[in-house]
Amino acid sequence: MAEIQYREALNQAMAEEMERDETVFIIGEEVGAYHGAYKVTQGLLERFGEWRVRDTPIAEEVIAGVAIGAAMVGLRPIAEMMTINFAILALDQIINNAAKMLYMSGGQYNIPMVMRGPGGAAHQLSAQHSQSLETQYAHIPGLKVIMPATPYDAKGLLKSAIRDNNPVICIESEVLYPAKGEVPEEEYLIPIGKADVKRQGGDCTIITWSKMLGVAWGAAERLSKEEDIECEIVDLRTIRPLDEETIFKSIAKTNRAVIVEEGWRFAGVGAEVVDRIQLNIFDELDAPVERVTTEDVPMPYAKNLEHAAIPGPDKVIKAVKKACYL
Amino acid sequence: MAIEVTMPKLSDTMEEGKILKWLVKEGDEVSSGDVIAEIETDKADMEMEAFEDGVLVKIVKGEGESAAVGEVIGYIGEAGEAVKAPPAAEKPAKKKEEKAEEEEKPAAEPEPEKEAAGPEKVEEPVPPKKEAPPAKEVKTIPLATGAAVKASPVARRLADAAGVDIGAIKGSGPEGRVVKRDIEAHLGGKPPELEPARPLAVAEPPAKALAGKRVPMSSMRKTIAKRLTESVNTIPHYYVTVSVDMGAVMEARALIEKQEGIKLSVNDFIIKACAKAMVEHPQVNARLEGDDIVYLDTVDIGVAVALEEGLITPVVRDCLSKSLLQISAEVEELARLGRARKLQPEEYTGAGFSISNLGMFGVEQFTAIISPPEAAILAVGRVEEIPVVVDGAVAVGKRMKMTMSNDHRIVDGAVSAQFLATVREILEHPLRMLV
Repeated sequence: MAEIQYREALNQAMAEEMERDETVFIIGEEVGAYHGAYKVTQGLLERFGEWRVRDTPIAEEVIAGVAIGAAMVGLRPIAEMMTINFAILALDQIINNAAKMLYMSGGQYNIPMVMRGPGGAAHQLSAQHSQSLETQYAHIPGLKVIMPATPYDAKGLLKSAIRDNNPVICIESEVLYPAKGEVPEEEYLIPIGKADVKRQGGDCTIITWSKMLGVAWGAAERLSKEEDIECEIVDLRTIRPLDEETIFKSIAKTNRAVIVEEGWRFAGVGAEVVDRIQLNIFDELDAPVERVTTEDVPMPYAKNLEHAAIPGPDKVIKAVKKACYL
Repeated sequence: MAIEVTMPKLSDTMEEGKILKWLVKEGDEVSSGDVIAEIETDKADMEMEAFEDGVLVKIVKGEGESAAVGEVIGYIGEAGEAVKAPPAAEKPAKKKEEKAEEEEKPAAEPEPEKEAAGPEKVEEPVPPKKEAPPAKEVKTIPLATGAAVKASPVARRLADAAGVDIGAIKGSGPEGRVVKRDIEAHLGGKPPELEPARPLAVAEPPAKALAGKRVPMSSMRKTIAKRLTESVNTIPHYYVTVSVDMGAVMEARALIEKQEGIKLSVNDFIIKACAKAMVEHPQVNARLEGDDIVYLDTVDIGVAVALEEGLITPVVRDCLSKSLLQISAEVEELARLGRARKLQPEEYTGAGFSISNLGMFGVEQFTAIISPPEAAILAVGRVEEIPVVVDGAVAVGKRMKMTMSNDHRIVDGAVSAQFLATVREILEHPLRMLV
């Protein structure tokens, strides 16, 4: 098995799908000649030509709109948004058109598109460029939302997303792009809607996704070494549709849960997860479900404040211990 | 608007309580947390707290009177507040009263009170107990305001399952919450096994998970399909079977384990035996290239490894110069890498001969398909105990069947038969592997 970067895994996924199906194409800012703002689409223009890898002006609403239109006439676009923050401009297209076209057309128009790009904080990108907005997309019926945390998950999920006949939002992370991981040589797909237990443990379930997997992992290792508390980590991988069963199975084992998310607390994805837990497996809980989220502030620019605002292993450890009544 | 004071549920099994003593009287100020009455329950005499700040404007149930859990026994409100009669029985009167009160609003305070007092007196004879049964059913939901025991859901289930009264356990959680570890401590060991609170989705058996599905072939599957179809279509296969007495090998294997602490597999012996046999029968270690037969100069044997998605044949190189232990270790490592999908191409190509063993599945005998460009492949079955004839008498023998598939273009029947005879010789006299 090869060890490759997360960005390479995405690159391979797109290249393989473009080889396999000539209706798949990429559209976005800097995706072609520049090889991608984060080098995710490295080499694809050379390989597939400008009909399949389209550079655009800075016009997110248009990128989304063109993708939707293309999808309606039988193509399979991958619309890259330079960051999820810029995609806010495209929300009208995504929410009002992409998500609803199948329904509003009485089933006539599938929208087999993928909108992908990085979200969340990186390094001092400040208030407008550090947002975790998955909850906005997850709120809308008609959209699927995936957030892979590892190269293996990224490749398998993006391939599934491209093959899916529905609009799929794939939110990555700038910090994850250079992260390395093992990816098989042979082709494989990961189904959308299936979480993954990344670490086994019997004392507390940590539910998390994307970049926060690293934070959860660090906390779990320290808890294991220093406090003899073994955490089970459930990586959601897909936000919508949510894999309840994996979550419930884990909590039935541990009786306590902590959700670690990079979004803000109010109406965040974690709130939905808590709701599912309390509604379905109330009787499995020994303690209320804790959430560790970004502080309820616009992301500061100052390094120390940014560090204080986003969840870190210390905050996770505190939450786990609280759930364990320690 | 006055707040109802209702009979609290002071124990899990309490259904009704008798007011032994009111510790405050009508008109007294009370604060949340104050003990305001003593209640006799089925278990013991308990104190009852007020949950609100205010004035006890009305006592509905006096000393010596009983009330069902949830029934109104008094009202806390503002000094001088008019209190409407207990809700359930008085709804129509209430409406009349409300209307009357509204009309009276501009008038002085005493008048609405009188108004309230009037219908109340009239209605009082209607025993509220008539309404008690339905009220009782609704109000047995434990109230969140401190009357019921604070416990986590899982602690409650554990207590129930163990037959323990949760009210009797001291809680170590916040605000005295009884939690899982308190029950576990009380039981002094392992708590009872709980049925899952909610039936969780059972992992579907694989067959069911695949039934009716259309799954595109993996690239491994495609490769296997292509190569083996090509093999069967281009190579003239024929098959030769021998039965080998494995008694000596099994003995040697047991002895090596006992003496050296090394666990070898039967297959390791077969690999070694085949390697040695190839020295005497080089036509088996050859390949056809165009019109030339190329005789290979090393013995590289591929060992078939079953994977979840198919199979792969990693190669043990230069088997002749390797000891049984080295062969064994290599096969194990290659198999592990194969299952983890970590084999490099140079690790699974270039064999001169292959061995496939289905003995561990109980298979007696089978035929394998040659893996091009090899000349032959050996299919090995299981070692089984069967009755055999030794010196004219029936005895128990350990026999194993090997079937060799050969490419008739370069391996003739006699060659195959002689090769197998040599392999059998070596296996039946394993010391030959040492020389």
